Amino acid sequence: MRALRAGAPQLLAFLAVLLADRLVAPQFLDVHWQDGRLFGNLVDVFNRGAPVALLSLGMVLVVATGGIDLSVGAVMAIAGAVAASLADTQPLPVVLGAALGTGLLCGLWNGLLVAVLRIQPIVATLILMVAGRGIAQLITEGRIITFASPDLAFLGGGALVGVPMPVVLVLGMLVLTLALVRGTALGLMIEATGGNARASALAGIDTRAVTLAVYAWSGLCAALAGVVAAADILGADANNAGLWLELDAILAVVVAGSSLLGGRFSLWLAVLGAFLIQAMNTGILLSGLPPELNLVVKAAVVLAVLLLQSPRLAGLSLLLRKPS
Amino acid sequence: MSDTPLLSVRGLSKSFAGHQALAGVDFTLRRGEIHALLGENGAGKSTFIKTLTGIVRRDAGAVWLDGVAIAPRSAEESARAGIATVYQEVGLLPNLTVAQNLFLGREPTRFGLVRGRAMRQRTSERLAEFGLAIDVGAPLGSFPVAVQHLVAIARAVDLSARALILDEPTASLDTHEVTVLFGVMRRLAERGIGIVFVTHFLEQVYAITDRITVLRNGRLVTERETAFFPRLDLVRTMLGHDIAEEEARSETAPRAQRIGAGPPVLRAERLGKVGYLRPVDMTVARGEVVGLAGLLGSGRTETARLLFGAERPDQGRILLDGRPTRIANPRDALRHRLGYCPEERKTDGIVADLTVRENIVLALQARKGPFRPLSRAAQDRITRDFIAKLDIRPPDPERPIGLLSGGNQQKALLARWLATEPRLLILDEPTRGIDVGAHAEIIRLIRSLCDAGLALLVISSELEEIVTYSDRVIVMRDRAQVAELADGAIDVTAILRAIAAEAPAPVPEPA
Amino acid sequence: MSRNLPVLVAALLFAAGYGLCATQYPAFLTTRVVGNLLTDGAFLGIVAVGTTFVIIAGGIDLSVGSVVGFTTVFLALAIERWGIPPLAAFGIVLAAAGLFGAAMGALIHVFDMPPFIVTLAGMFLARGAGFLLSTESVPINAPLYGAVSDLSLSLPGGGRLTLTAGIMLGVFLVGGVVLRATRFGATVYALGGSRQTTALMGVRVGRNIVAVYALSSLLAALAGIVFSLDTASGTPLSAVGVELDAIAAVVIGGTLLSGGQGGLLGTFLGVMIGGLIQTAITFDGTLSSWWSKIATGLLLFAFIALQQGSVALAGRSGRRARASAGATVVRPAEARA
Repeated sequence: MRALRAGAPQLLAFLAVLLADRLVAPQFLDVHWQDGRLFGNLVDVFNRGAPVALLSLGMVLVVATGGIDLSVGAVMAIAGAVAASLADTQPLPVVLGAALGTGLLCGLWNGLLVAVLRIQPIVATLILMVAGRGIAQLITEGRIITFASPDLAFLGGGALVGVPMPVVLVLGMLVLTLALVRGTALGLMIEATGGNARASALAGIDTRAVTLAVYAWSGLCAALAGVVAAADILGADANNAGLWLELDAILAVVVAGSSLLGGRFSLWLAVLGAFLIQAMNTGILLSGLPPELNLVVKAAVVLAVLLLQSPRLAGLSLLLRKPS
Repeated sequence: MSDTPLLSVRGLSKSFAGHQALAGVDFTLRRGEIHALLGENGAGKSTFIKTLTGIVRRDAGAVWLDGVAIAPRSAEESARAGIATVYQEVGLLPNLTVAQNLFLGREPTRFGLVRGRAMRQRTSERLAEFGLAIDVGAPLGSFPVAVQHLVAIARAVDLSARALILDEPTASLDTHEVTVLFGVMRRLAERGIGIVFVTHFLEQVYAITDRITVLRNGRLVTERETAFFPRLDLVRTMLGHDIAEEEARSETAPRAQRIGAGPPVLRAERLGKVGYLRPVDMTVARGEVVGLAGLLGSGRTETARLLFGAERPDQGRILLDGRPTRIANPRDALRHRLGYCPEERKTDGIVADLTVRENIVLALQARKGPFRPLSRAAQDRITRDFIAKLDIRPPDPERPIGLLSGGNQQKALLARWLATEPRLLILDEPTRGIDVGAHAEIIRLIRSLCDAGLALLVISSELEEIVTYSDRVIVMRDRAQVAELADGAIDVTAILRAIAAEAPAPVPEPA
Repeated sequence: MSRNLPVLVAALLFAAGYGLCATQYPAFLTTRVVGNLLTDGAFLGIVAVGTTFVIIAGGIDLSVGSVVGFTTVFLALAIERWGIPPLAAFGIVLAAAGLFGAAMGALIHVFDMPPFIVTLAGMFLARGAGFLLSTESVPINAPLYGAVSDLSLSLPGGGRLTLTAGIMLGVFLVGGVVLRATRFGATVYALGGSRQTTALMGVRVGRNIVAVYALSSLLAALAGIVFSLDTASGTPLSAVGVELDAIAAVVIGGTLLSGGQGGLLGTFLGVMIGGLIQTAITFDGTLSSWWSKIATGLLLFAFIALQQGSVALAGRSGRRARASAGATVVRPAEARA
């Protein structure tokens, strides 16, 4: 109940976007059943939004520690390349293990730079953002690797009790991440570290391990997103897989109300933020407006949310809240 | 004309969120005088300076400089009007050269280009007046803090300052550097500049100032000529007569009898770190309060940080219950059931966004590790217990701790450590910046904790307070342990004497 | 001395790399390769000058690649469709970009927002605006373009110094003078040292921050003009990811990413090292293009680690100096509650 109340603005915004989508495209909310799965524009919103939703699950934790992970798009490309190159020769568990393991390694690398070498997060993750696509191309040898494995393809195009697999994976990861951070004290430690790292360390929290863990998780989430994206197009395109998606993930986290300075976070709001962005994309697409308008709308949303978060305006809102 | 004071302040007032930080303070600075502004922490010195120079807006009052009313709205405006402030943390840019720092924003130019050579030459000339001959083309950060201070003063004076406020400029200087600084101050005073000098070192007050103004709790207590203001009077005036003193009178005796009551919990042998703290020896026993006294920066907090593993010692060892124990970081300390409430509540203590409950369970949870979470019921129980026991207000466990008053934040931090059931608790300035009521409560609490068998090491600048609850008092000076008082020997004068004894008083140069 | 170390390392690296290439491919000893290196690096170099200013001032600008893209599209449409004379179109786009950067700077200053996110929004905005103008590549046939592409200075030994390379060198020179010898330049370093202290020292911080971002966008637009001159076309997809290349060049050139230290000589070397890697890969023929990304990443890591190491060292010695000078006390804020 509390969570719902805290997320009311985002939920309302999401519903408003859905309503707007319904207005521009009357069929928007129609969902029908075909070949054992759900179809429709609304389903598409969740399906297409899945990779960013997966990214945002990792990103929101990184941002909660006061960091940022610019490398998730590149990690997607690497993991997608790994998965696609193994898909036709190896069983699915091996493919998944290799792809997710690679992502985890990438995340650990970032975490190492931030937590141990104490490099600013933007700078530290920039390294993998630049080099990562090169690594992905190294794996694909510069080609677009395609595969035919139905097992892997199922993760992108299949459905479980009618729900598209990417959405199932998002829900699964959401539950897993929730269990991992809210079922344990990790969430508290992440929020404490992001809120005041010095004080947290003095209170006995291993802030270094916490930081390492969130970047590792972000790498893992990015790898899964990369696998889903590759499974969706039955191939890996090292150049374009996950391109600029790190920015969408950051946007989703910002929309979820997380402060970029660290502190409080909400996993489900981050996922909701990702779907909200996708709903805007889809709406613009359906309305017949040039899809490029998306970028402009995103820019406007980022600025609006940040303006609302800005300390100068926060001072004002605190004044308004005080009487209650 | 010469009768009008250089700077005249009347009825300066400022309150923050209902707390009167400055209540109608009057202040007068004459031409060519060095005027000490004194007061304990929370007396309102910083607020006075900030309000005077326009960094914070004043609620009421008036300021005249050379008979002209001024109301600067920023440090910049204030400097332009003629009042410049040099803070302890220098306030210049270490990455720029000395010359660039001196001339930032007003570099000599020709055709839009900065005349670097002229700028450096002028800088050298200006600094020569201060007896400073350094490479002005080198980054400021490559020089010792003392030099940086002189450069900051040179800049202020160069910006046509008539009144100069030096806010604890000597806190990080060695004796020789202080001597140099005093020479500069005297020379400036001779030129008719009025200097407000904020310091914690009483010797320096008597070595250089002409008059003294004392603030306490945001009010002007007294203004007197230094020559007619005996040291003991000054200390008494600064500390005031409050609850703490009354309690000290009634309670000192019974406490003194408890000495040696329990076995030693912690023993530090030659514990130190080069350039940080000279080796200290101390023991704290069960059911004992050991006070750590000294001026700000005397090595008290440094001792606490070494004991708690927040800083790694490079010599000596720690014994817990008689066994040598390695404490490499706060996590180790926590595992060995030590607790540490740091001095800087905001930066080192609370996590402002988190709730009172989350802040209280933080250390306990950290010791249990992330994968053995305290159940919500357990968290609520612990929080409710401590809110009741320590009377934390408002008694709302789910309120972000940042919204609580300083005293209640302090209590919540105490609760954080008490929840871990420590055997030794280090309290660094536990009563800093909190109101009188909460003050007394915390002192009462320290006693009851001690009676319950806890070993306590308490750091405080408030000597009256230390005398109240300590079984023994260790006195620090210049990052070294200089005395240990016990039994009936513990009183304010004895501590003061220990602090002042053979203090490296800056030898004033004959002007 | 230690602050010049990264530049020295970059210079040595470039010299060693160039020497190594020269032993493999004698062509590297001709002015033709030198001329090409300059021409190929021209457009990135111009962007990197702006990025250097921003980073020294303690900020970051992610929007420059998009501004380049927008500029090329705008020029193509303005010249080919709307019949605006090329020079007038240049003026319009430079002014627009300057305003755009100024707006970002104003947001960063007034609302105290992180530069990274504001310029990220700027990146979306500029890229989106470019796409809204046209989604495809538009060729530019204006006579000026043909004339300019033939303009070059012959170097002894068969090489050519093209106009674009000349513009880049000019931008580096002027930028260097501005950074090193004007009040604005001094303020840029000051801002990178500490925005707050700079303000307390009486410098108008706001207008300088606005100017820094305006300059960065302006130079990005200039780079866009150069890009469109080189390619004689405009496409909204041009210069995707250039902001990262520029940041990489700046860092490899020894500018501290946290601000306050660095310079344009280093950035020039950084751009040239990047170009050298590309050229070497082209000459080799067997190496694939992605190696340049990996090499850039490795260099980035090496230089950041170098910076981190030297900062940590400086910090340690600084702390020790202060500690031995006496007590360092953090002054507590006045109690407010």
